[in-house]
Amino acid sequence: MAEKTRTKRHFRWTTGLIIGIALMTVMILIGLLAPLFLTEAAEKLTANASQGPSSAHWLGTDDFGRDVLARSLVATRLTLVMTAATTVISVVGGVLIGTFIWLAPAKIRNAVLRVIDAAVAYPSLIFALLIAAILGQGAWSAVLAIAIASIPAFARLTANMAASISQRNYVSTARLLGVPGPRIITRHLLPNMAEPLLVLTATVFATTLIELSSLSFIGLGVQNPEYDFGRLLNEALVNIYSQPLQAVMPSIMITIAGLSAMLIGDGLAAATDPRGGRKFGSVKAASELPASMRADREALVEVDNLTVLTPNGVPLVKGVSLSIHAGEVVGLVGESGSGKSLTAMSIAGLLPEELTVRAHSMRLGELDLLKRNDPRTLATSIGLVYQDPGTSFNPALRIGSQLTEVSRIHLKQSGKTAFNRMVKALADIRITQPELRMKQHPHELSGGMLQRAMIASTLVTDPRLIIADEPTTALDVTVQADVLRQFRTINREMGTAMLFISHDIGVVQALCDKVIVMNGGKILERLTGAQLAAGDVKHPYTKALLAATPSIAERKTELVAVRAEDFTFDEISDDAPGPVQPETERLQP
Amino acid sequence: MTEPTMLNRESALFSNPPGAPKSPRGGLRNLSPWASYGLRRAGGVLLSVILLVVVTFFMVPLIPGDPAVAVAGADATTEQIEAIRESLGLNQPLHLQFIQYVGNLFTGNLGESFAYSTSVSSIIATKLPFTAELALLGIIVTLLLSIPAGMVVGILTRGGRRKWLDVSFGMLTGFFQAVPQYVIATMLVVVFAIVLKVLPAAGAATLTSLILPVVGLSIAPICSIARVVRRETSTVLEQDYLRTARGWRLPPLRLYARHALPNLMTTTLTLAGLILAGMLGGAIIIENVFNWPGLGKEIVTAIINKDYPVIQGIILVLGFLAIILNLLVDVILGIIDPRTLGGGKSDG
Repeated sequence: MAEKTRTKRHFRWTTGLIIGIALMTVMILIGLLAPLFLTEAAEKLTANASQGPSSAHWLGTDDFGRDVLARSLVATRLTLVMTAATTVISVVGGVLIGTFIWLAPAKIRNAVLRVIDAAVAYPSLIFALLIAAILGQGAWSAVLAIAIASIPAFARLTANMAASISQRNYVSTARLLGVPGPRIITRHLLPNMAEPLLVLTATVFATTLIELSSLSFIGLGVQNPEYDFGRLLNEALVNIYSQPLQAVMPSIMITIAGLSAMLIGDGLAAATDPRGGRKFGSVKAASELPASMRADREALVEVDNLTVLTPNGVPLVKGVSLSIHAGEVVGLVGESGSGKSLTAMSIAGLLPEELTVRAHSMRLGELDLLKRNDPRTLATSIGLVYQDPGTSFNPALRIGSQLTEVSRIHLKQSGKTAFNRMVKALADIRITQPELRMKQHPHELSGGMLQRAMIASTLVTDPRLIIADEPTTALDVTVQADVLRQFRTINREMGTAMLFISHDIGVVQALCDKVIVMNGGKILERLTGAQLAAGDVKHPYTKALLAATPSIAERKTELVAVRAEDFTFDEISDDAPGPVQPETERLQP
Repeated sequence: MTEPTMLNRESALFSNPPGAPKSPRGGLRNLSPWASYGLRRAGGVLLSVILLVVVTFFMVPLIPGDPAVAVAGADATTEQIEAIRESLGLNQPLHLQFIQYVGNLFTGNLGESFAYSTSVSSIIATKLPFTAELALLGIIVTLLLSIPAGMVVGILTRGGRRKWLDVSFGMLTGFFQAVPQYVIATMLVVVFAIVLKVLPAAGAATLTSLILPVVGLSIAPICSIARVVRRETSTVLEQDYLRTARGWRLPPLRLYARHALPNLMTTTLTLAGLILAGMLGGAIIIENVFNWPGLGKEIVTAIINKDYPVIQGIILVLGFLAIILNLLVDVILGIIDPRTLGGGKSDG
């Protein structure tokens, strides 16, 4: 998160931000000008008390014959000044506490953080009331009360930010070099927190505005003869039956002031959010793409001329065709971003919805994968194993209920039957204490165990195809071997066809009958497992991949230098958006 | 307004920094998760209670000038001032005052009100039910409306769909968050009590008089929590485990209710606990708008009258309620998401 905010980007002027700044400017102008011209109308007692709207008094007059509109406008200055003062006090106080505790010894820091946590849990208004009770009623004691009550929350947020920054290398280096604490704060902590602090400050401005006027409203803030928005509304509430209009103008003013501060805060947050500006495109559609020469009617899985497009129309997968025969293991190899996961997820029908899928045909047996299919058929025909077992299990649910989900929902098995069958399946793959595991939550199991359990669970429906998307990447090397062995056993004993995706050609070679090498959304080379084992490859990219794999390099394959001109990619324009790629396409270590 | 931000005080507890004092101490490791969680929580509760007691105690000594003079008023005689000094225990040294204060708290003695000459506990006993009624109803209404609303919007706008809904939801909830509760409440009075004349404007005489205060109290928290739920929903919907669940082709209701809901409840409830505790503060304001005879109305009167024992008593009670609410949320969190029991473990 912290790293993301450091990447370069353009400041995005959202409509909300512009409206917020415009409204706030108007409020500030009113605050500056209204007291100069309207003070007399607002404060001079006249005989025209409690009048309705007229041309002289657009919103009527109050009990003392003062112009309601003028009072509402003049009150802007005191309200804004008080709010600004409160914001400054709480921001400065919060930032000081929040940053300095990171220089304090750990014991003091933890103690202070605990106290702050305890303080944050109380409604700040209750704190403010307590302080107001000590200091007495008045504008400036209200300012102090709200400011002090807001400091704990602000200090907490600053401490959170300071914590993440102070763990970065350059801060610890500076500390080791003996740079004095205050200098670390001014040189490293504050500049890196500037953006989120700005957003926070705008938000604090909005909330203190509301809280300050709340105090005035209940009669504990600004006192007669001074008046802010809250005080005006307090006076209006007394006359609400006779003069309902008296309540309207202060309400509008305070709403505009609060709203503009909130819009500025939201706008700043959106402007500094690197994830913003994402687009949504059309959903999948079959098209009249020409059939490729490789179409294979005999195969179990047939993908013909598959194209995946971003919402902007940038192709990520460009006309991929492949087939998988019954009992065959097909490997899909390529580096991150080569389109291999997108290809697999298109077959599974699980692409992010903003991507458009087109193909001449895409089928599994007689199942047309370009159409919307019966969920039960899909769930039982295609077994899926994902990259990171640590994130592909639901952290809030027990293992057992997740592993038996398909059996219970789609095969209509009773909870007990499904549970017992799954326990047996886990025992079969030599997972110890299977019944206990079923009752545990994912965070209590190791990654290898979770991944093997996931693989075992795909088998209970007897799927026709298992799609494994980098199933070993997130695992330790020793566990990888276990998982690969499990896949091989399944394929040998049950004859299940597999589409196995990996960036590691060594892993693929050990398992696959056919290997497809992809890059830049295109297929570069098709090989048999035997060809790959013999090092009989033609494409320089494949050679480079092989050379990069130590186990194969040992087999005297000459080291190949990769040069860009050795092979050509279709150009992918720069505006191809990164974020639309699924998580599985992350850079591999 | 595409990505609603909630960077106010509610988010303070939301993201614990990696170095924060959250991990259990070594001795607690051997206990069952619930026991060590309970111990840690008990420590936190104890600290909150101590803080509350200390802060309310120091209220009187911290009053600028002579507290007894401040209470008695400018035109009081020396005897009156002395009597007040005596009843506040101001003649004793500070530490003895504190010991007596804590001792009185343990026996349930909150002192005598200056203004009414009755015990503070009996004042609280008559006023608390009104505040509790208001706050409890408000909390129920808030939870029942905000979570489904936020989830539905989160689901409908997932992956950037239905931009218009996203924008109008953001604007609507943002608007009601930005408008102070008392303005909303006043406008409710103007519209429903004065213009339409369908509901009573003030008092607690009839059941219908509950409607406007509860609505006025709940609108802002509903919007705050709905925004959190919406944001959390869209985050959870992009998680790997939801893709796994989609891979199992589960029916939508099961997908969202069983696989998404528990995961978005963790953050939602953490924030909701603070927002709900904040409703106790909101109740003070709302009670003053609707002339609701609860603790909030009473504390404002007490502050104006400098009736310090009553102020102390009400702040203690409201503080305790906030602590209990937070504790309740923590327990529910532990049940919904067992990872929170682990303390130091983050949800990576």
